[in-house]
Amino acid sequence: MAFTFAAFCYMLALLLTAALIFFAIWHLVLPEYLIHFFFCVMFFCAAEWLTLCLNLPLLAYHVWRYMSRPVMSCPGLYDPTTIMNADILAYCQKEGWCKLAFYLLSFFYYLYGYVFIFTP
Amino acid sequence: MSAPGSTNPSSSGSYSQSSTPNGGAAPPRQNGPAQTYPSMYASTGYYGPPPHQQSYPTIPAHSTSVPNKTSITNSAQSANYYENNHQQQHHVYSQQPFQQQQQHPPYATPGSYYGQQPYHGVPTTVQHPQQQQNPSLVPAPAVGPGAPLYPIVSYPSVPGSGQYGTLSPSQSTSTPGVMPIQMSAPLHQYNSSQPTSTPPVHPGYGGAPPSQMVPTVNGQGTTAHQHYDPSHQAPQSYDSYGRVTHSTGGPAADRPPSGTPSTSVHSSPGHHQGIYEIQIFKFQCLTLNVSPSFSLPYSGGETSSSTTGSASPLPNSYDSLEGGSYPDSMPPSNDMTNQAQSYSSYGYHTMQPAYRQGPASRSDSSPSHDLYGQPSYQQYSQPFPDLSQLSAALGGLSGVPELEVEALRPVNLLQERNLLPPRPLEAPEPNLSADLRKVNCSPQTFRCTLTSVPQTQALLNKARLPLGLLLHPFRDLQQLPVITSNTIVRCRSCRTYINPFVTFLDQRRWKCNLCYRVNDVPDEFMYNPVTRSYGEPHKRPEVQNATVEFIASSDYMLRPPQPAVYLFVLDVSHNAVEAGYLKYLCDSILENLDKLPGDTRTRIGFLTFDSTIHFYNLQEGLSQPQMLVVSDIDDVFIPSHDSLMVNLKESKELVKDLLTSLPAMFSQSRETHSALGPALQAAFKLMSPTGGRVTVFLTQLPTLGAGMLQSREDPNQRSSSKGVQHLGPATDFYKKLALDCSGQQIGVDLFLLSSQYADLTSLACMSKYSAGSIFYYPSFHHLHNPAQLEKFQRDLGRYLTRKIGFEAVMRIRCTKGLSIHTFHGNFFVRSTDLLSLANVNPDSAFAVQMSIEDSLADSSLACFQAALLYTSNKGKRRIRVHTLCLPVVNQLSDVYAGADVQAITCLLANMAIDRSISSSLSDARDALVNAVVDLVSAYKSNVSSLQQSGLVVPASMRLFPLYILALLKQRALRTGTSTRLDERVFAMCEFKTQPLQQLMRMVHPDLYRLDNMSDQGALHLNDTVVPQPPLLHLSAERVSRDGAFLMDCGNVFYLWIGKCCNEMFIRDVLGCPNYASIPPNMNHIPELETPLSERVRAFLDWLQDNRAFSSTIHVVRDDASAKSTFFLHLVEDRTDSASSYSEFLQHIQQQMSK
Repeated sequence: MAFTFAAFCYMLALLLTAALIFFAIWHLVLPEYLIHFFFCVMFFCAAEWLTLCLNLPLLAYHVWRYMSRPVMSCPGLYDPTTIMNADILAYCQKEGWCKLAFYLLSFFYYLYGYVFIFTP
Repeated sequence: MSAPGSTNPSSSGSYSQSSTPNGGAAPPRQNGPAQTYPSMYASTGYYGPPPHQQSYPTIPAHSTSVPNKTSITNSAQSANYYENNHQQQHHVYSQQPFQQQQQHPPYATPGSYYGQQPYHGVPTTVQHPQQQQNPSLVPAPAVGPGAPLYPIVSYPSVPGSGQYGTLSPSQSTSTPGVMPIQMSAPLHQYNSSQPTSTPPVHPGYGGAPPSQMVPTVNGQGTTAHQHYDPSHQAPQSYDSYGRVTHSTGGPAADRPPSGTPSTSVHSSPGHHQGIYEIQIFKFQCLTLNVSPSFSLPYSGGETSSSTTGSASPLPNSYDSLEGGSYPDSMPPSNDMTNQAQSYSSYGYHTMQPAYRQGPASRSDSSPSHDLYGQPSYQQYSQPFPDLSQLSAALGGLSGVPELEVEALRPVNLLQERNLLPPRPLEAPEPNLSADLRKVNCSPQTFRCTLTSVPQTQALLNKARLPLGLLLHPFRDLQQLPVITSNTIVRCRSCRTYINPFVTFLDQRRWKCNLCYRVNDVPDEFMYNPVTRSYGEPHKRPEVQNATVEFIASSDYMLRPPQPAVYLFVLDVSHNAVEAGYLKYLCDSILENLDKLPGDTRTRIGFLTFDSTIHFYNLQEGLSQPQMLVVSDIDDVFIPSHDSLMVNLKESKELVKDLLTSLPAMFSQSRETHSALGPALQAAFKLMSPTGGRVTVFLTQLPTLGAGMLQSREDPNQRSSSKGVQHLGPATDFYKKLALDCSGQQIGVDLFLLSSQYADLTSLACMSKYSAGSIFYYPSFHHLHNPAQLEKFQRDLGRYLTRKIGFEAVMRIRCTKGLSIHTFHGNFFVRSTDLLSLANVNPDSAFAVQMSIEDSLADSSLACFQAALLYTSNKGKRRIRVHTLCLPVVNQLSDVYAGADVQAITCLLANMAIDRSISSSLSDARDALVNAVVDLVSAYKSNVSSLQQSGLVVPASMRLFPLYILALLKQRALRTGTSTRLDERVFAMCEFKTQPLQQLMRMVHPDLYRLDNMSDQGALHLNDTVVPQPPLLHLSAERVSRDGAFLMDCGNVFYLWIGKCCNEMFIRDVLGCPNYASIPPNMNHIPELETPLSERVRAFLDWLQDNRAFSSTIHVVRDDASAKSTFFLHLVEDRTDSASSYSEFLQHIQQQMSK
């Protein structure tokens, strides 16, 4: 096959996921969510339904998570007054680890997808 | 402190002394100390060579055995050392900020340290304690006074140094002259009194035995501080000498203990005549003040200087200040080691000039003092005597079987009805040996939910009880040992303060009870100033008292201690004028103006707001206060920088003028809007250079500018039994403001006097996160609601005069294996275990939840230490340390035997509040019920051997279901009963901040019958008889029409008079002829001369004792009005929407059988 739009999407997702892996560690919330949303849209346009389905739960979680964030006037997810509570901190850390695992796996999945589409 | 080059010439000038060491044209402040010392030493001359001096026949022999050549050399040098080394001293600690570079970005520009402007105060204040005490940083060899490494210490011009201008020039120059006089006078008294109380127990020290020492110290408690102050106050009132002493004291004292401690002894003859005669100590500035009768620990104990008038903004790394970071985490660079080396060597020498200053001006220095001083401590340094005893006491736990058996007695709640003890419940005693129990922390200060700590998390889970601590750290104490010492002895690894529960392995080593690290005992600590004996570190007051207070050195400061600064932000809109609080507030402030905690530096300011913001120029010299109106509330600015917050002492007349005229000024106001947000922003800008306390009085919902709020409450939903909405804030404006305030050490206290909904949920954030307090007076009106008015006035009286601590941090440490995971109270959690408290007040309490991460099997004891570092209102940095020690058990029955039902209830209440905010109210209520269900089933399945039916709980927890039921009926957590949202939220805030006893009285009031009090078991205090009527269950069946009942609800008393009450009681106590003539709103008990009245009042007064805010009393007649007040609190009874106690028990039983 040739370098299709889908292949381009996979390539882009591959690169962006590498960035997301770091964001998941550093807890850069909004960039992470936006990037993830961005390549979900790309996959939607490329009609990569399976890949999209794999990403939808996380997308939904992101939307829910951001909707239920504490009352804040500025963008952000973490409330300085509660983040130091051990249970919330532990939750956020656990969340970070889970996402890290997810991004790592999806990194290899995108690599596979890219190669699969690209190779004849 | 003013940065040089700022708008404040006089205060900056005073810091230039380092560049003019000999004081050619010395600014006043340099002269101050120079005059002080002579006067002090003159007074010591009263007993010149102390009487016991003759008793030293063996001295020469001993002194030869002691290699004290060093000291002789030192004393020889030191005469001119002062002159020569004057400049070098500054280098000594100029290195310390230097070491900080990696950690404090603002200091990270080394070049700026060497600018032209000398500035001492700030750099020293950023030392890390661990740097001092970390011996690895302090190589022993003394290099001697070398060439200056950093010739001039300067401070980088602080961004925004214009804010220094807030210190009025006249203020900064006014006080130094006064201070030396204050200091020398008490010193004199103290010295002259000393020889009379010196039986030669330890001839070398002429020390009075403790029994005699105590009254001496007691009477002169303040003087002991003051005497020591010269060295400790040096940071403020003198130049840097004193501080050099401190900063150097640490490392040197921490050197590995050598067999010849006298190498560190130096002789400064004049100092030998010092107050405590601890000249054998190498640093000679250890003064220890044990003051058993201090009602307020610093009530006049300090003579504060004015030189630290205005504080400078510095990075807020209090984290490192209180010592949270470990020394190991310090970057081990070569650079630093070098500095440390020179640092120690300098320090050791430069320490002397601090004390040479006095002697240098006196000719009668007597070198012979050295001779008797040094040998004598050798003489008395005996092998550690009580080691075996102590460790036995620490290790062995002598059980108290009978207590335990009683606590474990299974109680069937369905059968036993009389559960209440006759007297209010006391905290359970931990099952410790008598020695440990004696020194353990008071349960009023520090309480654990489980006085027997389970060994593992599994055991804790099995017990189904929460593990947590309840703290009341800044409580007013009757007795508090205050310790002034060079080195505050702390564990090198976990930074725990030495406490009564450490183990002394031998004379020179102690084992930390929290992390089990073995530490060295510093030389200084070997000497006990109370008994004046050497070699008994376990007799030091730090090791004898679980609650101590240290005077902290400059290591514990990030900036010079701030003065007391108070700003009042007053609502003057039409609504406020209508409520009429202004007059009473101003009267109260006027009345208490002299009692406001503070010193000569105290500053005060006022700010009023309606739809605009009004500032008041109170600059000294004005004929009357000037009002400055800022109407641009979208972009608030401060119209004048240095005249809005004024020195209270200097501008007192203007302040009084303002307070007198303020109520009338706005009486015609028609402005209905309230711009609270902008006013708070203005307050923040006004206060941020110094920090301090902002007190906000508000009467309505803020409707203008930033932080405006909408009414969210739907009155129809007040009694809904479904969820309660809007328990979370509507905006984060107030939270962000509070965090900004907290960063600048500003505490915001809120007085809400609103009759309408004012969205306390959102407003409370401003106090919650800035460690403030919240007061709420629903439906306040000066005419229509006299009860609230009276409460307001009483609260104000207490609020204005109560102790206050500024720029505080608190850290709670616990034994390795335990970890704290959630905090409750008003503060900002800066790191996982550090609470940042911009202000700390004696009436707020904290709670923490803990989990057991590792098994505690290593030790039989678990310890908890809370250290509160704060600046007193006299500008002293102090550390209050509480240590609690509890046994560790591995049996579930022991865990139950040690359960503290009141503490558990309070902790659960805090957790329920959190749950209701994060989840929902019904969730929280379910969780509370489940807590009871869990306990009963856990006890049934694990401990209770007899398989009896019914609800069986251990006797220690027999009140638990009752308390939980009472919690569910509280305003904060109740459903079904009409509750206004603000009142509910306020009740939630109170749960989070009230100390345990107060909270328990609110949850489960104490009910007494007063009309038939007998003298049985009465207390005899002084010459009054205080009857002790038994506690009654909170049930209408215990209340009879022919009696008079007193209900103690914590902040209010209800005296309920039955219809058929004994007429004699009504006549003798209330002063009314019969029941019908009792007025409907009776709010006081008349002082009648009848025996019955006297006994009732004695009882009431006794109940009022130990209560921070005095309670109001309401006489309630047996009519319809009583239903909403008195009968509402009878929690065991059924109400329209809530079940009775027996129904509740049945409900529990049903839940269990599910």
